[in-house]
Amino acid sequence: MIDIIDYGIGNIGSIQNMIKFIGGNSRIVSTPEEILSSNKLILPGVGSFDTAMIKLVNSNLIDAIKISANKGTYILGICLGMQLLFENSEEGNSQGPGLINGKVIKFKDNSLRIPHVGWNKVNPTRNSVLFKDNTEKKFYFTHSYHVECNNKENVIATTNYGIEFQCAVECENILGTQFHPEKSHKYGMNLFSNYINL
Amino acid sequence: MLETRIIPCLLLQEERLVKTIKFSNPVYVGDPINTIKIFNEKEVDELIILDINASKKNLLPNYKYIKQLAQECFMPLCYGGGINSIQIADKLFEIGVEKLSVQNIIFENFDIITQITRKYGSQSLVVSIDIKKDIFGRYKIYNSSKKVKYNFEISAFLKKVEDAGAGEIFINFVDLDGTKNGLNLDFIKNFVKSVNIPIIICGGLNNLTEINSAVACGVSAVAAGAFFVFQGPHRAVLITYPSKEELLKFQIK
Repeated sequence: MIDIIDYGIGNIGSIQNMIKFIGGNSRIVSTPEEILSSNKLILPGVGSFDTAMIKLVNSNLIDAIKISANKGTYILGICLGMQLLFENSEEGNSQGPGLINGKVIKFKDNSLRIPHVGWNKVNPTRNSVLFKDNTEKKFYFTHSYHVECNNKENVIATTNYGIEFQCAVECENILGTQFHPEKSHKYGMNLFSNYINL
Repeated sequence: MLETRIIPCLLLQEERLVKTIKFSNPVYVGDPINTIKIFNEKEVDELIILDINASKKNLLPNYKYIKQLAQECFMPLCYGGGINSIQIADKLFEIGVEKLSVQNIIFENFDIITQITRKYGSQSLVVSIDIKKDIFGRYKIYNSSKKVKYNFEISAFLKKVEDAGAGEIFINFVDLDGTKNGLNLDFIKNFVKSVNIPIIICGGLNNLTEINSAVACGVSAVAAGAFFVFQGPHRAVLITYPSKEELLKFQIK
């Protein structure tokens, strides 16, 4: 059972629909109690860092997420949901829980069109529970900010957009993707299958 | 390497899909949910769904139905139509749309661009601009709900939209809508450099080689309606999308 955290933003419906399509089970959770009793979470997110973090703090969900993370519950952050697991972001002033050490920074290359929008190749940099086979990996991105892990060991894949940026992370039970698996057809279905089967 | 997006642009009218010619004479082309399922199978890059009734008649978006559509999409969805306030945008993000398109409202309330993007990030908003020729053949920014053409200097207007926070600009050529007469690249190439955000061009797509030419002009994505729903000289309704093999043949990456 995958528990998808609902805090008022993010495309929860399509995550749930894709998991159902590949034969998995999921439910929507929105209280600290539900998060604490979960053993596999997804933190979705669209929007800006501060708007989302304030919602997580005001609903007491961020503390539940921290406690769950520390006791080993799997958490998969998607897009902004991944960024929210870091320490802070150039997009806002809120403090993140720092479940992965590092920060969220803006694309700096002025010659590129920002936001980075569209389908791009994902290049695994090491073995990960999210990427199990050697099939082609491409996913849908839409973002102006990207994460930068302090510990390069936490990076599991990069993508090229002017620079090679970190697009997926794994630090023990904490996982994250900058791209949207729920919007990436069979490529996303593969990734969700790997997460379900963990 | 970022791939060029090829985006079907579907028009919604009371839970039915239609296609117009030059923004008029909507013809029924199919059931929205079925069409999305077909596009899921064809692994399309992205979908744009515009509710033409909501824009024209100033109606609220049909939230319940849009929620259903968003859940069916295994590809990114951009919705437009009837988004006149930040409260309406709030509701649409809440039901699971990840990208919104605003259009005629910007001529009355330009600040809505900043209101939405400050709250949801630049990537959440596409500003859609219609371009129409005036009687002298000059291209003008057009407000389709009021049927008014403006004398704004186009590149300055695009820059203003970018500065307000928009994540992408969708440029639609009214005179080419539904015609398959070819993209207007001569026009667009003069303006793509005005901004640093992605530009989506729409109107008149006739064949896949045009997409390469559009990219050469600096366009980030090509959207089309008739190209994906009408086939053959008699405009038979058939939902299609180029396969990976076809795209490779035209070297569209």
